[in-house]
Amino acid sequence: MSRRLPEVNGTFVQMEDELASITCCLGASYAGLKTMTATSGPGLSLMAENIGLGVMLESPLVIVTIMRGGPSTGQPTNASQSDIYQTRYASHGDYEIIVLAPSTVQEMYDLTIRAFNLAEKYRTPVIVASDGIIGQMMEPVFYHSNIKLVERKGPQVLPEKYKPFEVFDDDLIPGMAVAGTDYNFYVSGLTHDEEGNPDSTPETAVKLIKRLCDKITRARSEINDWEEKYIDDADIIVLAYGINARGVPEAVDQVRQEGYKVGYVRLKSLWPFPDELMEKIGRQGISKVVVSEMNYGMIIREVQRFQHLFKVSGITIPTTIPFSPKFIYKRLMKEV
Amino acid sequence: MIPSDQLEEILDHPLKDRLNLHRFIFCPGCLIGTVITSITSCLIEKGLTSKDYAIVSGIGCTGRSSGCFKAPAFHTTHGRAIPFATGLKLANPRLKVIVLSGDGDLFAIGGNHFIHAARRNIEITVLCVNNNVYGMTGGQVAPTTHIGDITQTTPYGNMEPPFNLVSLAAAAGATYVARWPGYDTLRLQKSISKSISNEGFSFIEVLAPCFIQYGTKNKLGDAVEMLEWMRKQIRIKTDCPPHEATFDFKKGVIICGEFVDEEREGFSKRLKQIRDKVQSNKSK
Repeated sequence: MSRRLPEVNGTFVQMEDELASITCCLGASYAGLKTMTATSGPGLSLMAENIGLGVMLESPLVIVTIMRGGPSTGQPTNASQSDIYQTRYASHGDYEIIVLAPSTVQEMYDLTIRAFNLAEKYRTPVIVASDGIIGQMMEPVFYHSNIKLVERKGPQVLPEKYKPFEVFDDDLIPGMAVAGTDYNFYVSGLTHDEEGNPDSTPETAVKLIKRLCDKITRARSEINDWEEKYIDDADIIVLAYGINARGVPEAVDQVRQEGYKVGYVRLKSLWPFPDELMEKIGRQGISKVVVSEMNYGMIIREVQRFQHLFKVSGITIPTTIPFSPKFIYKRLMKEV
Repeated sequence: MIPSDQLEEILDHPLKDRLNLHRFIFCPGCLIGTVITSITSCLIEKGLTSKDYAIVSGIGCTGRSSGCFKAPAFHTTHGRAIPFATGLKLANPRLKVIVLSGDGDLFAIGGNHFIHAARRNIEITVLCVNNNVYGMTGGQVAPTTHIGDITQTTPYGNMEPPFNLVSLAAAAGATYVARWPGYDTLRLQKSISKSISNEGFSFIEVLAPCFIQYGTKNKLGDAVEMLEWMRKQIRIKTDCPPHEATFDFKKGVIICGEFVDEEREGFSKRLKQIRDKVQSNKSK
């Protein structure tokens, strides 16, 4: 990016630390630009507070995190899926966030474009949760022409009537004014009313938090995305995501060759968690969901919320190497 | 609550068209308001309207000041006003970006950003309202508290020497550095005006002692007595090198003035030059 951005009229800056990187991006976003920053686990820990600021200021921003495992310095340059909760809960306070999970280098490209569009549309930080393998590997990538780009909603009233957090539409998203225009506005990380005034009365707090969360969760069906196979006739399905999902199709095919009805789902977005997919799996009469992830059990706990619909078991190992098709096959043969 | 007759008087402020007076939360006797009006007067004098500038603050008493401006105003997280301002400036180099924050915010939690922004010479103005203490959070010791001073967290006297913000800013590479007492609005305004015109990183330290948190504990009297106590120590000097800009309550000497005023290419200008060069090489 340091090489490419100046060629296309962009700006690349290496700031002094991650706190500065994310906050600089938020500033640039409020001057009207599309901005992104990239880091890995410990760096995302440092960015945590200002993910919250991005949520509170409703500032579009893309964050790429290359999961490497931890705690602390952990396993640099290795792969992991152990920051799934970090992407969801890094910052303090009640909030919702959008997290996408690429499985291939092609998807790194595709989902980063999607992340920008979602960030602009929902006025929120969006995290692309990748890992140390995808972050370093080479694969063929097809670049698209005519990419459909989404731009943020601008102010819907004249400057003298503008309030930075006033909502006019059902999507609960206020129109965003930026610096350098005729609009005056005050935005604060403090709990605020629609005019931006700091206000910590219970009414204002509840109203604000509810809107910030609802604007994301209400749009679940538009945000959430997954790939599925053999769902219609499956009795057992494997649920995986990211790099660790790449061995699943082969393993599932082998198990099917043994005559067992298995299928799989690969999540392309992790948060907000696709509750509607779980309900669909329940409706299909699937008896068991096997969650496969490279951590000690994170997404599996979300799936376990639906144990009234199906049984849940897991292959949850905090390793740095994705599960091979052979390994998944062996584990699945114990589940069928 | 402010009585309605007084409120009317306050709302009749001569700068009311440029200020959000309902967001002034400062204690009587505090100089933050003076700094806000000084900045506003400069902006008016320079003919700048709100599409020409942005105000950014961090957390603390001065952190609450950004909301007082009728401008694009940003109340960010603790210590992060400077990187936020850097982002605004890089995204729209036409903007005059002013950071207004306190000594704790800018030099403790935000210290790293300050030195790097000065080194980069990013074209922003940073005004530090220095009250030598964490005012809003209850009067804890700050990196600007003097040795021996009593604060909430140094009941037996502060053991650590303070930063000298002027020499720190100069050493880090700021291209305009000044220090003024907050009540000296004429000199302060002139200085702010110069800093806004500087095409580089400008730093102004404004002395604004906190009589609630600092004065009371150190038995310095009420707000007016405390300002009088400070005024007696102020020496205005010209051509004083920044490392000799003494700020010592014990010796009773506070050197004020302009300490650095030099030209060095700003960061956003350099970025633009690189961009132009890369693009012209590409088109060849």
